[in-house]
Amino acid sequence: MSGLLKSSIGRKYAMALSAFFLMFFLLQHFVINVTSIFPDNGEVFNQLSYFMGTNPLVQYVLQPVLLFGVIFHFVMGFILELKNKKARKVTYAKNNGGANSTWMSRNMIYSGIAILAFMVFHFNDFWVPEIVDKFIEGNSQEGKDYLHHVQEMFQNPIRVAVYVIAFVFLALHLLHGFNSAFQSVGANNKYTKGLKLFSQIYAIGVPVGFIIIALVHFFNH
Amino acid sequence: MNLTLKIWRQKNASDKGKMVDYKVTDISEHMSFLEMMDVLNEQLINKGEEPVAFDHDCREGICGMCSMYINGEAHGPDRGVTTCQLHMRMFNDRDTIYIEPFRAAAFPVIKDLVVDRSSFERIQQAGGFISVNTSGNTQDANSIPIAKDAADEAMDAATCIGCGACVATCKNSSAMLFVGAKVSQYALLPQGQVEAADRVLNMVKQMDEEGFGNCTNTGACEIECPKGISLENIARMNREYMKASMKG
Repeated sequence: MSGLLKSSIGRKYAMALSAFFLMFFLLQHFVINVTSIFPDNGEVFNQLSYFMGTNPLVQYVLQPVLLFGVIFHFVMGFILELKNKKARKVTYAKNNGGANSTWMSRNMIYSGIAILAFMVFHFNDFWVPEIVDKFIEGNSQEGKDYLHHVQEMFQNPIRVAVYVIAFVFLALHLLHGFNSAFQSVGANNKYTKGLKLFSQIYAIGVPVGFIIIALVHFFNH
Repeated sequence: MNLTLKIWRQKNASDKGKMVDYKVTDISEHMSFLEMMDVLNEQLINKGEEPVAFDHDCREGICGMCSMYINGEAHGPDRGVTTCQLHMRMFNDRDTIYIEPFRAAAFPVIKDLVVDRSSFERIQQAGGFISVNTSGNTQDANSIPIAKDAADEAMDAATCIGCGACVATCKNSSAMLFVGAKVSQYALLPQGQVEAADRVLNMVKQMDEEGFGNCTNTGACEIECPKGISLENIARMNREYMKASMKG
């Protein structure tokens, strides 16, 4: 086991496992966000948000693990990109990458950077105000109207546009990344076609869903 | 056919190198790409210029020596062929063709289009073999029962000719298709089991030390491989590597 992360295959597993974890988190984030457009004045969304914002297991165990997962995936992605650049010091005068691979697969670093930039923006919108309210100002979270904050944020058309563009990049990243993660952990077998279809449905469905939620909030207010 | 060729010229390993333009005329569409290169070299020799150095040997797609990057693709625009099997009918009259060496830090250029692929040999030496007692009591391989599917898959993996097109075409210069094939051809057979863990650990270690990049599953290697080596071999190597790491 020693030195696993120093090997190219060990790092490949690490990227794939952190990706699976982040995609699981993204799905639960999506499911909770869907409830924000329920016609119940935010009852379910506020209850779920209150639970996620106050449950000790979520706050003090899952949240730090998530942050670690996010940072790990980005840092490892950048390290691999630098190593890969070093593996070809002189580039081709003519390279026809489109003949044998998808744009998404060749540009994971750029879609990844776009997602990272969006996350800084997104954390500033939602996570930072939440942490300040809860831990710095020490306000009670009882009866908090989380939906109101969401609606307020999505009144700004520039913010909505940034979210829509970011989710397009997320879809591009996942269109290669999800299926690629199965290959990385060695899952290339009779289920590959089914896994590819599942990963493509996820890669398009979840980001499009997030876009719809943002647009619903924008047009409803 | 009359063609313009843009060819990488580099005097030796330490020379900086550059693309140089050449014209060739009256090229038959029935010629192989290497025959077209022969025509160019004859022209250059007749003019008293230095011919273009390029690797070639069997010229029937089995030795893995020819190694050009043609119009942005390893072994050119055709599928399932090496450069010697590439025909000029794949090109049109008055085309401009870019001809470059396979590029990777682990494949340094020796001269013009010739690259040093001995890094592949060192990976093979690190574990791409089985140890057999050759004292005279060697067991007949046919006496060991092997499932047809396993034998077929092992044979498919063993068709890798080690040309390096996978490395050249990979945006990361990763050698995982080559190493995956070499690991797989033994991992699938009973004779390969005894040294399986050491084999995959040592071959991957050598691959990393040679300076190849990390695989990001673009699948370009599988498409450009003249022998159609499948990505399944990389997945199998990943499984074998993890299994061996857990044991160790």
